Amino acid sequence: MIGSSRYWREVPQRYRYEAAKCTKCGKIFFPPRLVCNGCRSREFETVTLAQEGVLETFTVIRVAPTGFGDETPYAVGIIKLDDGVRITSQVVDCDVEKLNIGDRLRLEFRKVQEDGESGVICYGYKFVPAN
Amino acid sequence: MDSGIIGYGAYVPRHRIKVEQIARVWGADAPSYKRGLMLREKSVPTPDQDTITMSVEASRHAIRRAGIDAQKIGAIYIGSESHPYAVKPSGTTVAEAIGATPDIHCADFEFACKAGSEGMFVAMSLVEANQMEYALGIGADTSQGAPGDALEYSASAGAAAFVFGKEKRIAECEHTYSFMTDTPDFWRREYQFYPRHAGRFTGEPAYFKHVLSCAKKIMERSGTTAKDFRWAVFHQPNGKFPMRAAKKLGFEKEQVEQGWLSPTLGNTYSGSSPMGLSAILDVASPGDRILMVSYGSGAGSDGFIWKATDRIKEVQGLAPQTREQLENDPIYIDYGTYAKFRGKIRKLAN
Repeated sequence: MIGSSRYWREVPQRYRYEAAKCTKCGKIFFPPRLVCNGCRSREFETVTLAQEGVLETFTVIRVAPTGFGDETPYAVGIIKLDDGVRITSQVVDCDVEKLNIGDRLRLEFRKVQEDGESGVICYGYKFVPAN
Repeated sequence: MDSGIIGYGAYVPRHRIKVEQIARVWGADAPSYKRGLMLREKSVPTPDQDTITMSVEASRHAIRRAGIDAQKIGAIYIGSESHPYAVKPSGTTVAEAIGATPDIHCADFEFACKAGSEGMFVAMSLVEANQMEYALGIGADTSQGAPGDALEYSASAGAAAFVFGKEKRIAECEHTYSFMTDTPDFWRREYQFYPRHAGRFTGEPAYFKHVLSCAKKIMERSGTTAKDFRWAVFHQPNGKFPMRAAKKLGFEKEQVEQGWLSPTLGNTYSGSSPMGLSAILDVASPGDRILMVSYGSGAGSDGFIWKATDRIKEVQGLAPQTREQLENDPIYIDYGTYAKFRGKIRKLAN
């Protein structure tokens, strides 16, 4: 079961890609942290992540966890965004057999999962080919 | 009127199914469907796309063109017959995603295929009445046609969003007019998965009566004729109806072709004429006058007369254009994949 309260707490990150930037050393954290692991500062400003990047690595899921069975085969990758932040995400709207490291991707707002037929629908980010 | 469109955007899913794929499964004659409905293929949403996701993407494009802070948007109205929840608004999710909460008014509209234009009408009216600086009107749908029904060849997915304001307009609104009657040509009852329709009754007494009456009245009231417009867009339940309506009203093919998306997009229901308008705004020049007439079963039509301003050329390239999304790199799928994507197969939960 997906708790609607947990889903709700992650809305700024999942919907608007809000990250925390350390005001002392400039390191960006996504999701945000309370203490910077670079300089121990507790002062952060909210920044929005870059919406495009490059696929650094990926795997193809053929045996999916519960709730994702209809989507197999699908790709999950690590994308290095143009602001240097690395993010893990599903990569969709592509032929997984033709996906390559180095592909340019952009972010889109998508449905991530549903809590069955009657539960909450969770939205968030996924990546698609940039052109 | 002092208000008008200051930003617009559309979203088209990448997946497509051709008429031949659907006809083959049901033993129908594809050439006669293609000829009769003037449809070649339609867009298909993936399981992770719905009215909310497409509305967010279209709205982001519209806000980029408007060049405004989303926090200044005072209202979001989404028209759709496929809101993902029966009880929980689509508008709040879209508002949160574009960064427009919490000082905002939201409502979800439903009026078959006309809900998008009514969202536009109400959003623009609130700006006109000085209730707010900006308002967002959206038409979006992931419409369903029952397997084997004629609607299955046309029911598709897409969204268009429009930011309304008084300053930095890209299109002024010169006139509006709406025409409504109680006409039961298409409906879906509570808890029913697929809509029903009254076959040929959806034509003359429904679509044509409302679209033609609305178009004639708005032109009469504004003292215009078809010749005064550079462009026109009508609701597109298929490829044939809007072309026939245009001809009856005295419009030439060149005036309607740019916004005539249905042959390769299908019927995006609440997104239909709004998406056609977005395709026209992509190429419009300053001074171009545009007639837009929507249609929703049940039944009614909203009419708008828009006039492009000098700013139109500045914003056209700021976000993906509608025909570019429609024509670039579509992913074609077979009927089996389509049936899976649209939840038409009974299966165990996984």
